[in-house]
Amino acid sequence: MLTIIDYDAGNTYNVQKAFDFLGVKTELTADPEKILASHGLILPGVGAFAPAMQTLQARGLDSVIKQAVAKGTPLLGICLGMQLLFESSSEYGQHAGLALIPGKVIALPAKKGFKIPQMGWNQHELRQSDSVFAYVAQEYTYFVHSFYAQCPNEYLVSQVEYSAPVPAIVRNKNVYGFQFHPEKSGQVGIKLLRTFVEEVVEA
Amino acid sequence: MLAKRIIPCLDVDDGRVKKGVNFVNLVDVGDPAVIAAEYERQGADELVFLDITATNQKRETMKAVVERVSRQVFMPLTVGGGITSVAQMQELLKAGADKISLNTAAVVNPKLITQGAEKFGRQCIVVAIDVKMDPTTKQYQVFTAGGKHNTGLDALKWAEQAVALGAGELLVTSMDKDGTKSGFDTDLYRKLNERIDVPIIASGGAGSLADFTTVFTAGKVDAALAASVFHYGELSIPAVKQTLHTAGVNVR
Repeated sequence: MLTIIDYDAGNTYNVQKAFDFLGVKTELTADPEKILASHGLILPGVGAFAPAMQTLQARGLDSVIKQAVAKGTPLLGICLGMQLLFESSSEYGQHAGLALIPGKVIALPAKKGFKIPQMGWNQHELRQSDSVFAYVAQEYTYFVHSFYAQCPNEYLVSQVEYSAPVPAIVRNKNVYGFQFHPEKSGQVGIKLLRTFVEEVVEA
Repeated sequence: MLAKRIIPCLDVDDGRVKKGVNFVNLVDVGDPAVIAAEYERQGADELVFLDITATNQKRETMKAVVERVSRQVFMPLTVGGGITSVAQMQELLKAGADKISLNTAAVVNPKLITQGAEKFGRQCIVVAIDVKMDPTTKQYQVFTAGGKHNTGLDALKWAEQAVALGAGELLVTSMDKDGTKSGFDTDLYRKLNERIDVPIIASGGAGSLADFTTVFTAGKVDAALAASVFHYGELSIPAVKQTLHTAGVNVR
């Protein structure tokens, strides 16, 4: 069973439905004991960085997530949930993140022909061929975001090209992040979630 | 690179797709979930559900449709038709919709665009605009109430205003072209694209494979929507995408 961290994030239900479709049980909870006992954590998220971080902090979930990660529990952050994994974000001011992956979140650069937010299907360029997600190479997944992560190459599993190279899948040990929405990315997205369950959580 | 999107649109009446869909391989051609799954298989990038239910009492059925479709089909879903409040938007988003399309309600109450964008993010708010050219003044005018009411608004100005109010995307239907199968109104989209910095979905007029190439290359739109040519199998989504790919338009 997976634990979806409950902090009133927008896309929680659709993420849950995708796991339902895979036959993977999920529990939506903010209970620290359950999160610490979990074998796999999902941090969903849609919206702005600062209020999301504030909600996590108000529920004491920031330190609970860090504790769970420190003892080796796999964690997958999705969209804003991925951005929260980094050290900081400059979305509407300067804000600290969970700092589970080195790097910062900044606005997509303005560039002629590139509308902000990036909204739609973009193609992955693989950066780590030994990843369990390596089959994502050349595949398209669905993105909706105005900010993106900048991180050292060692944490970069795949990226997509927009007004800047955008990290799409990132990893630091047992912490994973998807900038796109796997729950909205058709069969590839579903397969990526299955891989997280089968090759990361259950491995 | 970001792919250009192909979007089938389904009219839903009281929870059922009542007309227009004619896939020989489907058992129940009225079931939105079955049709959505078929379009996912064909490679549609997104789906738009337009609620054409006549009475408000029956509108509840749309929530159930969205809930059911989003359990089986994993692509972006836009829902429009008769949405007049933030509470309705929230219910549909919670049921599994990704975007809400506002048409008449946005003209009647433009604040609704801002309220929705502030609460859910502008990427959730699509403003749909039905456009007809005045034959004498050559002005693009905005029609509401399913194309029945001429608002007198200038479509290019309303588009700019909608974006300024918080629209994250525009779904622009050319009423002059709709149903003619004579191609999209490329001029309209080119003019819009010069003024607008959010994605534009072109709608109305799709009749041939080449029409899609033209609207992306000359009209500079981000997505193209069609209904009957897809529903009746006159054009297939794989064929449209193959044509676009050959023409150098990036598709998934």
